[in-house]
Amino acid sequence: MRNLWIFISKYNAFFLLIFFLVLSLILLVNNNSYQRASAWNSSNFMIGLAYQRVNSFTSYLSLGRTNDSLALENAVLRNRLKTSLFNDSIEQHEVTDTLTEQQYTYIVAKVINNSIHQKNNYITINRGLNHGIQKGMGVVSAKGIVGIVLNVSERFATIQSVLHSDTRISASVNGDIGSLVWGEGNYDPRLAILKDIPNHVIVKRGNKVVTSGYSLFPSGLEIGRVTRTGLKGGDSFLDIEIWLSTNFSNLQYVYVINNMFAQEQKDLETLNKTE
Amino acid sequence: MMGGIILNNIIRFVLLIGLQVFFLKNIGFYNLSSPFLYILFILLLPFKIPNGLLFLLAFFTGLTVDVFYDTLGLNAAACSVLAFVRIIFISVTVQKEGFDNEPFPSLGIMGFRWFIFYAIILTFFHHLTLFSFETFYFSEFGYILLRTIFSSFFTILLMLLAEFIFFRKKLR
Repeated sequence: MRNLWIFISKYNAFFLLIFFLVLSLILLVNNNSYQRASAWNSSNFMIGLAYQRVNSFTSYLSLGRTNDSLALENAVLRNRLKTSLFNDSIEQHEVTDTLTEQQYTYIVAKVINNSIHQKNNYITINRGLNHGIQKGMGVVSAKGIVGIVLNVSERFATIQSVLHSDTRISASVNGDIGSLVWGEGNYDPRLAILKDIPNHVIVKRGNKVVTSGYSLFPSGLEIGRVTRTGLKGGDSFLDIEIWLSTNFSNLQYVYVINNMFAQEQKDLETLNKTE
Repeated sequence: MMGGIILNNIIRFVLLIGLQVFFLKNIGFYNLSSPFLYILFILLLPFKIPNGLLFLLAFFTGLTVDVFYDTLGLNAAACSVLAFVRIIFISVTVQKEGFDNEPFPSLGIMGFRWFIFYAIILTFFHHLTLFSFETFYFSEFGYILLRTIFSSFFTILLMLLAEFIFFRKKLR
């Protein structure tokens, strides 16, 4: 105690400085709003930092419980998900236009069953008669054509995919019209054959193949690109291989094309046959 | 003799504080250079003053200025540091025994060279503390240093002026 007293009195200037400095700082911080705010802010920053460190440690301890509650929440959310419910509403967009009349409307559908490895492949979608889907409508995806509606039930419809040996789709390359087929010696789900293009037509690799408009599809929809072209022995038609732009292996959503004038066209064309 | 010293210091205190808070408070250049002449009072306190009394006087001088400046504690803190630097400086440069009959460190008594050095060091530390606590963010250290240097220059100029006006060559 005596030594301490000697020490303090020996360096009294320093201890006096500390005393008076602390005194004036207390006065400063307590009586001036700016310094008070700064002091509190910096101490809040320190406290915040400390809390953050501690929290990052304690959160490890409750990790298991957090996981359980998150899994539970996931299950609850999954039940509310659109895919768990059968969505009965149809999303159909129409534009009222007095200059041009709407010929095609699109109905969004989700693919619920799909095959690509058979000789004849079919796709099932979750839209049916109730939603205005009828037999013979064209189906496209965001990237290209998918197929033709084959059978329709109340809530579902099956589609005869492009990957079907009976499917014939009118396609055009550089304005020349041919017929798109699949399954004649080719079972690759990414390739199709374009037939009936005469061999005087120059078709190059990479040329775009689109729908012609003679079939159920509006004209100009993309089908794919030419990957190989050549003559088949003795034939007067080109044998063109096409890389399909639709990837059938990961088809999710498709659009069913409703041609408003299909019935009218069909009625007119049946007259030709009866006469 | 003792009473004379006290009276002298009281008069100096009143004059310097008055000058500071009524006149120099309104003088400044672009907020960068503002003089604090009142610290001359602490500079000119007698050599033989006890440390405790020196700190007490410095603290109350600062507090008085603070009351007028509305910055309670700011000048008091700076003056506390000033008192500490003064004690260190005098203990390093002056043999107290040799100045038994020299009452206070003025320009006339100590000579120009010693006094200017004394004034520069003490003013610099006072101003540095003052502006640091005023800004309160040490991230703006460049600005603090700039203000300190410019203001110190101004203050020292006024100090020398005051000392030359009241110049009294005292013969030993």
